[in-house]
Amino acid sequence: MIEIKKLNKSFQTANGTIVALSDINLTIEDGEIFGIIGLSGAGKSTLVRCINLLESPTSGEVILDGKSLTDLPRKELLKTRQSIGMIFQGFNLLTQRNILQNVCYPLEIAGVKKQDAVKRAKELLEIVGLADRMKSYPSQLSGGQKQRVAIARALATNPKYILCDEATSALDPNTTQSILDLLKEINQTMGVTVIVITHEMKLIDQICDRVAVIDNSRIAEYGLVSDVFTNPQSKIAKELILPKANSTESVVGEKRLRIIFDGEASNKPVIANLVLDCQVPVNIMFADTRDIDGRAYGQMLLQLPDDARQQERVLSYLKTNKITFSQEE
Amino acid sequence: MFSEMFQKLWANGVIQMGIWETIYMTLISTVFSYGIGLPLGLLLAVTDKDGIHPKPVLNRAVGIAVNIFRSIPFVILMVAMLPVAKFVVGTSLGNQAMIVTLVIAAAPYVARMVESSIKEVDAGVIEAAQAMGTSSFKIVYKVLIPEAKPSLIIGSVISMVTILGYSAMAGTIGGGGLGQIAITYGYQRYNNDIIWICVVLTILIVQIIQEVGTRITHKTDKRIS
Repeated sequence: MIEIKKLNKSFQTANGTIVALSDINLTIEDGEIFGIIGLSGAGKSTLVRCINLLESPTSGEVILDGKSLTDLPRKELLKTRQSIGMIFQGFNLLTQRNILQNVCYPLEIAGVKKQDAVKRAKELLEIVGLADRMKSYPSQLSGGQKQRVAIARALATNPKYILCDEATSALDPNTTQSILDLLKEINQTMGVTVIVITHEMKLIDQICDRVAVIDNSRIAEYGLVSDVFTNPQSKIAKELILPKANSTESVVGEKRLRIIFDGEASNKPVIANLVLDCQVPVNIMFADTRDIDGRAYGQMLLQLPDDARQQERVLSYLKTNKITFSQEE
Repeated sequence: MFSEMFQKLWANGVIQMGIWETIYMTLISTVFSYGIGLPLGLLLAVTDKDGIHPKPVLNRAVGIAVNIFRSIPFVILMVAMLPVAKFVVGTSLGNQAMIVTLVIAAAPYVARMVESSIKEVDAGVIEAAQAMGTSSFKIVYKVLIPEAKPSLIIGSVISMVTILGYSAMAGTIGGGGLGQIAITYGYQRYNNDIIWICVVLTILIVQIIQEVGTRITHKTDKRIS
């Protein structure tokens, strides 16, 4: 378990003090995938670096399994870092070492015998699906492959935690998906706690159990992903979760309805049923819905025909079926 | 086609000896310059304010000392360092004494070359090594030096060529090699062909050093595939 208590971090620069993190309180439970989301500059990268003390907090505590890292002597801290793997947006592999040697690196640092290190590294490369590229150098791999190597390297010392700093931001959508699947697999099969830093809502949605939304150096909101997604409280969370919700302002001024999906079964064909039942051709102008554990969340903007009777039919259908909506003018 | 003087020097093996002395002085001086310059360069890079172990005062002090030696023109430094050479090797004449002055002149230069190569190492890679619990000392020899290796080799070729140039100047104050031959037999006795032959030979040596260095860099750099 990682507990972050009253953590503050500020940087001294030529232009005065910059507050990067202010009064952060978080608890990350063992075995979960925890997401930290925020816009760039919100302080999330600094926060993740405070967990393994790559950045030392100005004040506050980071407690790892009951042990406060902030007062640890340097030697102990180096040892503790070996139990926290980390992967980066830029992969950060050693360019002059081949893949196998890269995965062996943390084991060398931990003082593992060469033979055992090579054996372990080979096992890990097998897990991430790169056993056949052992002798290749990072420059010969694609971005996704490099990140797989980085994951294997992060796992080498059997860490309890893995920190992912924008680990998929430099990858294309397909590769991102495969890396996310790999992280999820690692979380489930090895029980490694994964902490994901990202600016992409989609990623949190796909793999995280809980999420903290960080804005302006503070935690704006924090809880189960399904809770935060269905009912975002803070302004920033709303912005991140319901993007472009206001971008339909410019659309023509006919009769419009905003339908809110707040947790009905996602396999229910709401719009199709509406059209079939009412015999009214509605036009979907905007939709942003997502499926969280089999329930639909989000909203949809429908344009109705000008005919008043047809409109009436749609409205009564929505009311009788208890679908939340609001009328837009 | 060549003057009588050249034929005599060639027959007596003076030219051949000059080539050997130039190569020998350059190689030995480069090795010793790196013996001093490499640790100094590492120190400068590591203790820099953005380095892995910032020590501003120490960094400043070493930086200033390096700059002082770098700012003295070699012809002056060479003469000024003769007493040091006498102290180190027991004489202020000959190739050994020249090697001492060459090393004193080249080591600060090498230090700056090394510093700039080390600073080129991707900060992200260093951060990753730190995240894996690597101590600063291990980062130096497991990350910084191996990652900077291709750049360090290129730097050492540049340094070697510079030292070769210095070694020719050392010919004026009692050093051997092609520089000394060009001055004593060419310039002072009005044999222009000897000067030009020494120039051509020097060019050839530089070309060979450069070519070998480039090949080694290419072979060892794993970023190029």
